[in-house]
Amino acid sequence: MGPSGTGKTTLLRLIARQLNPDRGRILIDGVDIAGLSQSGLYALRKRLGMLFQNGALLTDMSVFENVAFPLREHTRLGERLIRLVVLTKLHAVGLRGAAELMPSELSGGMARRVALARAIVMDPDILIYDEPFVGLDPISMGVIVRLIRRLNDTLGISSIVVSHDLKEIAAVSDKSFLVSDGAVVASGSPAELASNDSEMVRQFMHGLPDGPVAFHYEAPDYLRQLLGKDGA
Amino acid sequence: MSFLRELWRAQVEFVRTFGAMSLFFVQLLRYSPLTLLNRFGLVVAQIFNAGALSIVIIMVSGLFVGGVLGLQAFANLERFNAEEATGILAGFALVKEIGPVITALLFAGRAGTALTSEIGLMKATDQLSAMEMMAVNPMQRVFVPRFLGGIIAMPLLTAVFTMVGLLGAHLVAVELLGVDVGAYWQQLQQAMEPDDVYEGVTKSVVFGFVASLLAVWEGYNSVPTAEGVGRATTRTVVSTAIAVLILDFMITAYLL
Repeated sequence: MGPSGTGKTTLLRLIARQLNPDRGRILIDGVDIAGLSQSGLYALRKRLGMLFQNGALLTDMSVFENVAFPLREHTRLGERLIRLVVLTKLHAVGLRGAAELMPSELSGGMARRVALARAIVMDPDILIYDEPFVGLDPISMGVIVRLIRRLNDTLGISSIVVSHDLKEIAAVSDKSFLVSDGAVVASGSPAELASNDSEMVRQFMHGLPDGPVAFHYEAPDYLRQLLGKDGA
Repeated sequence: MSFLRELWRAQVEFVRTFGAMSLFFVQLLRYSPLTLLNRFGLVVAQIFNAGALSIVIIMVSGLFVGGVLGLQAFANLERFNAEEATGILAGFALVKEIGPVITALLFAGRAGTALTSEIGLMKATDQLSAMEMMAVNPMQRVFVPRFLGGIIAMPLLTAVFTMVGLLGAHLVAVELLGVDVGAYWQQLQQAMEPDDVYEGVTKSVVFGFVASLLAVWEGYNSVPTAEGVGRATTRTVVSTAIAVLILDFMITAYLL
């Protein structure tokens, strides 16, 4: 969790090595991913599933083909087996009936559920969610929250969820980290974070408009600027 | 001083872009054989997208360009009582110059812009990142098939343009203005050497290479916003047009 622009998505992209770290190490199962070759990286990514903020569905393919895409790319499964796996995953997210729709025909919540089905189709060990609740109506949000928790428990995987939605994070997380200015400023269970004394944590958890994260963007003196004395 | 600083910055930016584009080009070449071998279906789909979907605009343009050539050739040759050479003039112009050049310009406007905007939007909507995360190399899945599709489609489109252009010139010169049909085709056939056709084919292959590379590169290099994709699409048309015209001069000068 963390305020907007604090580096949450950057952190996820570092974990997935879509970005390379300037310094430091990122270990997944003890392996420093910065040192992986492209084939090593791709082998690792087959064990990762990632849900992008906007779903990132391939727009020239149907829902079915989107979910089948990783299977067609990485396995030699027959068409019947692919159909079985895809329908199973779509059923898990409640969209088996939408298999033939195109991404343009889906609502935001449905697109994210399809993307979730695609993310789990290769049975990953780790699922990464980038702002999965943004822009969703309460019903879709509730569905996604339940899916994240249920998939995590039934598939026995680890999930990393980046968000700034406190209630939803509290509902799905075992442990939360609060990130600010590119660093972890607090961690613990949602209840522990709520009782944290840090000014930064309190501002975030209680939604205070001013604090360590200032309300005003850095600007010249108000009066001087209004009266035009600094030439602005 | 600020002018010099701007000039320096522009030069650095140019070198950086040129370097990145060269690396991208090397990657395209590196993955081309593998893509042709393992993903030929994707290449065929892109030949269809770049070629078949451009065929109408190519044929209509070819017909009217050929017609204009027929008119101009006839009007000017008639002054010297040489109107039966209309076929030679129109044919040479179409096969060696106008066919490859106009096809490349039309390709940039129709297929090139489509390629750039498609790739740019894929980038803006995280589709390329999603592929990367699914351990699928976008180079093999997206860029190389489009690059190869454009290269293969261009000579085919040029051939269609030239043939329809010759037909357009025939319609105007023979059917409308009364040039003898036998003289029109026979003189053209006698005058045209294999080297002339070779020149046109060479140009269309080179233009296909450049137009496809620029279209795919601009999409890849676009800023992933609505404005950025729009700018990249415009750059595709402008840079392809300039590159084609410069290369046309260079190839002509070399082959003459």
